[in-house]
Amino acid sequence: MRQTLAQKILQGRTDETITQDGQIVRCRVDLVLANDITAPLAIKSFTKMGATKVFDKDKIALVCDHFTPNKDIDSAEQVKVVREFAKLMNITHYYEGGDCGVEHALLPELGLVGPGDVVIGADSHTCTYGGLGAFATGMGSTDIAGAMVLGETWFKVPSTIRVVLDGKLPEWVVGKDLILELIGRIGVAGALYKALEFTGPVVEQLSIEQRLSMSNMAIEAGGKAGIFPVDAKTLAYAKAAGRTGDKELFADEGAHYESEVVIDCSKLTPRVACPHLPDNVKPVADCAGIRIDQSIIGSCTNGRIEDMREAAAVLKGRKVSKDVRCIVLPATPKIWKQALKEGLLEIFMDSGCVVGPPTCGPCLGGHMGILAAGERSIATTNRNFKGRMGSLESEVYLSNPAVAAASAIAGTITHPGKL
Amino acid sequence: MYKGKAHKVGAHIDTDAIIPARFLVTTDTEVLGSNCMEGLEAGWVKRVQKGDIMVAGENFGCGSSREHAPLAIIGAGIPVVVAHSFARIFYRNGFNMGLILLEVGDDAAKISDGDQLEVDAENGVIKNLTTGETINTAPVPPFMQEILDKGGLVNYVKDRLQTLA
Repeated sequence: MRQTLAQKILQGRTDETITQDGQIVRCRVDLVLANDITAPLAIKSFTKMGATKVFDKDKIALVCDHFTPNKDIDSAEQVKVVREFAKLMNITHYYEGGDCGVEHALLPELGLVGPGDVVIGADSHTCTYGGLGAFATGMGSTDIAGAMVLGETWFKVPSTIRVVLDGKLPEWVVGKDLILELIGRIGVAGALYKALEFTGPVVEQLSIEQRLSMSNMAIEAGGKAGIFPVDAKTLAYAKAAGRTGDKELFADEGAHYESEVVIDCSKLTPRVACPHLPDNVKPVADCAGIRIDQSIIGSCTNGRIEDMREAAAVLKGRKVSKDVRCIVLPATPKIWKQALKEGLLEIFMDSGCVVGPPTCGPCLGGHMGILAAGERSIATTNRNFKGRMGSLESEVYLSNPAVAAASAIAGTITHPGKL
Repeated sequence: MYKGKAHKVGAHIDTDAIIPARFLVTTDTEVLGSNCMEGLEAGWVKRVQKGDIMVAGENFGCGSSREHAPLAIIGAGIPVVVAHSFARIFYRNGFNMGLILLEVGDDAAKISDGDQLEVDAENGVIKNLTTGETINTAPVPPFMQEILDKGGLVNYVKDRLQTLA
């Protein structure tokens, strides 16, 4: 059978022969992930399963990134549960404190996920690793517990929507805008139970950072995975992260796709997802003038070094509006250090931003940037559900880092080219 | 067989609506249950009687992978959710937790808030006692039925472990 990327990767990890979409297959997993919110439940299920050891201490990652640095006693207790479990099971990849970052930025950087891998995580944005050509998907804690015990899980082979990225990227348009445009077109349930596969001439132009940022939001269209082919760029990234043995990976010519969406990227301008769903997408020009109280630059979607550079380029020599809190959270210690080295943190500080530690904090209304009633934030994060960042009467607009930075300066949603 | 009052919610009800992040500092089902749907409307759970049924639109449970979402619904005393469609992760979590999920497509619109429902989960039949209408749902895939038959994923893995030992 001529295979899509999703079929091909799953086939590499199962003893069964994949013959059609919808088939249920058992696959070995390369990495199992949980965080400080989802791991405690997984550990509870693990115990109930009667398990006493994990399948492979090197293939489990526990990243305490959501309510950390711990915001209160309850979250500290949760992390304690995870820490003690990690010690007891001798888990190699336990992260907290100074070596910890936002999970989906951290794991690719450490080379723990990559081409052809099957990765499951108790976090919906596990699909991020599709940017590196992995079949990666989010599951709940009990599924994760099962995989921690057995080293395998079951999948329904998804049908695939082929997304053709045509044309050329115009100035100010980045991967984030492409994924917002796609979600705007197909809707938040447009890829329900399906995989997205990205192809077309623009893929080559996209950095790995941008691909990760796009795959990250596959779930925002209901997708099970969002997968990029593995090309020379991917292999270079994987090698730099210390991985060996990765190979190029493309879908078979003539593979069956359920449908196809073509995006002419040349015609795009930066996109903004308006409240309260990620598919309420408009060109930034249509949102011009909307007053904001906060701008968040960070998260597993756009907290990588390129995002820091884009934001800094806009903020350099300018001042954040007195009416706006602009919060910058480099997603990992490595990114933080790189931003420091390049002078980006100084640019952020000089322009009046708050620079914080790597954390998921404000993205999910956890801490470090909660909104009061009537407040509005622009954010480079991935979700703008009602009440996502705090009060049920607050609003979140999603954008790329340059738009978030420009809006922080202007105090209203602004195209960076208009400053 | 389950019998209870229908509580209608809309389309694209996300996991933040079911259980906002600020409540995710516990794994206690009862505490989660007492805050069920707090992201949709403050105090929503107060209207629910044990055994009542939630009825939703398209894409119910979209968003986060947090298993706290099905747990909050179970904790609120709701054993069954009927929806036009479910988000993928939520659907799988629901099964793993033993929350009964019935996907009924456009037929979800045939149920009004406050209707009395009788649900035969095994056969996928929903009887609307208020209107007299019956809704049939597609059967559960065999592999998932196997997990349900074992009483959820925890028992399924427990069995596998014993076989492997």
